[in-house]
Order: sequence, then C-alpha cells, then structure tokens
Amino acid sequence: MAAFGYWRGVALVAAIFLAILLFVPAWFDLFEVLQMTQYVVLAIYALSLAYIWGFGGIISFGQAGFFGLGGYAFAVISINMGDTTVPFLLTIALCFAFAAVLGYFMFYGRLSDVYLGVVTLVVALIMWKLISHTAGPEYAIGKARLGGFNGIPSIPIMRVPFTDREMDPGEMFQYFMGLLIFVYLLLHVLIRSKFGRIAISIRENEVRTGLLGYDIRRYKLMVFSIGGALGGASGAMWATYQTFIDPNAFSLEMSAKCLIWVMAGGVGTLIGPIVGVVALQYLSLKLGETAFINNLVILGTVLVLLVLLMPRGIVPTLHDWLRKGVALVRQPSRGGAP
Amino acid sequence: MDFALIVLIELLRAVAGLVLIAAGLAIIFGMMRVINIAHGEFLMLGGYTVVLTTKLGVNLWVAILVLAPLFVGVFGIIVERCIIQFLYNRLLDSILATWGLSLLLIGAVTVVFGNTVEGVATPLGGFDIGDYKMASYTLVLIFAAAVILAAIYAVLRYTRFGLIARSTMQNPNMAEALGVNSKLVYMATFGIGAALTGLAGGLLAPIAGVVPSMGIYFIGQAFITVVTGGTAIVAGTLSASTMLGTLSQSVTFLSGPVFGDAALLLVALILLRLLPQGITGRIFSRSL
Repeated sequence: MAAFGYWRGVALVAAIFLAILLFVPAWFDLFEVLQMTQYVVLAIYALSLAYIWGFGGIISFGQAGFFGLGGYAFAVISINMGDTTVPFLLTIALCFAFAAVLGYFMFYGRLSDVYLGVVTLVVALIMWKLISHTAGPEYAIGKARLGGFNGIPSIPIMRVPFTDREMDPGEMFQYFMGLLIFVYLLLHVLIRSKFGRIAISIRENEVRTGLLGYDIRRYKLMVFSIGGALGGASGAMWATYQTFIDPNAFSLEMSAKCLIWVMAGGVGTLIGPIVGVVALQYLSLKLGETAFINNLVILGTVLVLLVLLMPRGIVPTLHDWLRKGVALVRQPSRGGAP
Repeated sequence: MDFALIVLIELLRAVAGLVLIAAGLAIIFGMMRVINIAHGEFLMLGGYTVVLTTKLGVNLWVAILVLAPLFVGVFGIIVERCIIQFLYNRLLDSILATWGLSLLLIGAVTVVFGNTVEGVATPLGGFDIGDYKMASYTLVLIFAAAVILAAIYAVLRYTRFGLIARSTMQNPNMAEALGVNSKLVYMATFGIGAALTGLAGGLLAPIAGVVPSMGIYFIGQAFITVVTGGTAIVAGTLSASTMLGTLSQSVTFLSGPVFGDAALLLVALILLRLLPQGITGRIFSRSL
C-alpha cells in the first residue's frame, strides 16, 4: 500500500508537469515561455544535486563544474559537428566519464564529507580559472574558439532530433519539459530500485552498509557519476537555450545557487528542489528589477537564514507545521491518544 | 648563480603566499573543524581595510599590521557570535552558512564600493641580484609568513592559552569538565583565525588588485593547502604549502600561471588518494 501511495504521488506530479508541457506554449506569451524554459533547465540542474545529496549522501559543492563542463562540451562538439542531438548525448557521456574519474579519486581515497565538498568546490574553481584564461586564438578546439572571459557565442539552437530544423521557443520548452519529466521519473525508478535502496542505506549508515557486504565506494561512484551526467545535461541545455556560454557557468555562485535551491526545497525530495528553483529564481527576478538590491546579497541572506532557521528545507518544514496544525485541530484535548 | 637565487626566492614567495592565505583557515579548521568558505572574503575585507585607511592618510604599515587584523578579527568574532556558534558539530551546515556569508559579503561590498579594482602602490621599491630586479616587498611577505608560523607555534606550545586551546581541540568535553569555557575558546580561536586572515589580506593588498570578488582567486589554493595539510596547524600548513607551492611554482615557470593552479589541484588530488586524512594524518601526526 505504501508503495502504491508513493507512485500515486509521483504520477500526480508527472501529470501536472505533462499538463504544463502541453498548455504553456499555447497560453503564455513568448517572454514567459522563455522564462519558464530557464526554470526547466535549472530544475534539471537542481535535480542533479538533489539526487546525489538526498539519495546518496554525497554533497558536492562544485556542481557547477559539471554544469559548465556540459555547456562548454556541448558548445564545442555541436559547433564542430553542426548537429545537436548527437553532441547532446556525447556531452552527457563526457560528463559522466569526468565525474567517474573525479569520483574515483575521492571515493576510493575514502574522503570524508567535508573533504569531498572542498575537493569538488576547488575542482569547479580551477575549471573556472582555466577556462577564463583561454582568450587567445590559440585556444580553439576544432572550429570552436574558447574565448576566455567572453565565452563562446552562437552555439547552435537545439534541433528537432534526427532533422535539420531548429526548434522554436515553444518546441524547445516542450522538449526540455519532456526531458525534465523523463529525468524525474527515471530518478524515482532509480531510487526505488535495489541500487537506489543501497545508495540510501549508505547515506543512512555507511559503515553498516559496508559491513553488510556492499562495496560502498562503487555505489557512491555510480551515484556521483549519474549526478555529473545530469549536471552536464543541464549545462548543455543552458548553452543551447542561451546560444552562449561563458566561464560564469563554472562560478561559485552557480554552485551555491544549486545548493540553495536544493536546501530550500528540502534535501531528500525530488519535487522540493524543482519548487525551490522556480520560487527563488522568480524572487531574484522580481527583486532584481528593483536594481538597488544586489542579487548576491539576496542569495547569501537566503542561504544563511535557511541554515539557521530551516535546516531541513522549506517544503519539509511547512509540511511539519501543517501536520502539527492539523493534529492540533483534530485533537484539542491532549490526553488518551490512541 | 643569480638566476638560481631568483628561482629560490620565487619558490619561497609561492610557499609564503600559501602559508599566508591558509594560516587563518588552518587555525579555524584545525581547532574547530569548521571550514570557513567566507575565508576569501575575510581576505578581501583585510585588503579593503588597507586601501580605505591609507586613502584617509593612515601609514601603510599601520594599516597592514594593525588595522586590517584588528578590523577583520572583530568582524570574525561578530560572525562567530551571530552564525557559527549555533552550528558547531553541524559541519555541513557551518560550511553552507559561511558560504551564504561569503556571497552576502561580496554583494554588500559591491553595493557599497562598486565593482572596481582598488589598489595601493607596492612599497619599498626593489633591489638588484646581478642582472635581475626583485621587489623588496617579496622579502617582507616571506618574512611575514615565517613570523606567523613561528608565532602560532610559540603560542600553542608555550602559553597557557595555547595549552587550553590544544586541550579543547583534543577533547572538548574533558576540557570543559576541567573548568575550561570551551565556548570562549572557540570564539577567541575564530577571532584569531579571522585576524590572521585579515593580516594576510592586508599584506596581499599591495600586490593584488582589491576587488569585491578577489577572494575567489585565493580560496581554492587556501582550501587545498589546508585539506592536504590535515589537521595539525603548523606542521600541516608548512608541509602542504612547501610541497604545493614548490610544485605549482615550478609548473608556472615552465608553462604559465594557469597550469600552475591546475597542477596544484592535481597533486593535491593524488595526495589525498594516498593520504585521505592529509599529510599530517599519517606523517607528523603528533605535531602541532
């Protein structure tokens, strides 16, 4: 019964997403559709961290490393190949492989949480530095110049798979929304599989899981690599959505945003981080319009307040309050509870 | 011969640079197991203190050696009281909170002072070694790094406060049972770590551009140094700085500064694969 309830919730969310996919391009104007495409891409980025943090206990402070790598890899490959579907898949494979190599050093070195966080953070930082210093014409991969701080312009727009036709904004929204639904369902299936359960048990108690005979390093490596592939996919989508990518994709701010969305939404859920993306991006868009509040000040304040006041995230905290409220209403007298 | 001397000084400068930017972080991490992501912004605040006070006519050395550590130290204590003290034993949360603080500080300083590069002229001029010219300030940095390490060692090893701090570090519960107010020790430690960071920021102000985002250029190296060094403050910082500084500076000589950073990371990754607790986790594990 419990499993049935679980899948009912997932199906409900997927159905809502599907409705959004079908109706948004028709009902909203172009600007809003573009805005929502951005939320969708960033939601996949947030899911990449939500999965490894919430369901594998791996906290990456440098998720932007994968986001940026995905963006740059997609830019370079698609500019050279002229297509977008194959480069998209290649990018995901590349990010998976990169995460696997990085993860090998971290997990097989049995680094603890903190060290892991710091190493991922520094990896993203160094990538940011490296890519920022590629301004000269000698830094080119095939036809694509890396361009240093200026980034790579005129990245191909996503084409309809197996054709040469570029997607219009509505189609791109639907395509990305479809990918989001796919990722959302895929992660749920993964989490409920044997593999996912073992990953969760590692999060709960690493030593005990290891003593039960599971090779925790291998499971962590796999979880981390899947997260890396998802992060890379979102980076590639970001690049084709903007038709532009610059070193800021690797920045600390980008890593921090991801953490904030996941924290705000609640670690250990998949829908929470998606809500977190939409709510916080909308908030910073609105506050950004006022122009005298710096975006970083908002982000920083939100993060500090979240940690101090709602360490479990907004969605679980509200859920708790709601349940307590309901319990209070239902049981005004405190004695004799069944 | 002259060239060898230059190379030696450059290597020493790289090592000293790592010691300077990592010392404050190492103290806070080694003593309290708190990783302060806002470390780079503490450096930035130290740099801004120097830039602003020298503009008001304060002597440069007073600004660097007194005002920068004082201001950042006080700021650190305020941060400890407002944020960090609630997050002991919640390591990930303390990292996240200081990260928030880091973003907040970059944003706030950008709003107040603008996103422009400030600077102070490098003092003391230069001297000649054969055909080469060297900035005298480089020697000041090397000297300062040596003094800072010696001072940390002396305080931890020979003073009553050092003894109390080390005992709190080893076993906070036992220390508390013996009458040590560990909260006070933590607060002081964080303040001292912040003050040292402010001093480092002040010392770096004449050679680095002071911008709100300057911290980013240093924290990667600082974190890697502390993580590779392990928890022993002096031995860890010194061994990791020497090893990483020498290596990255050598790569820089051969192929430019960008790859120097990448080499630093690569070496640190391999090192951590071999010694996950840092250098002082296995070797020198009983040192300070």
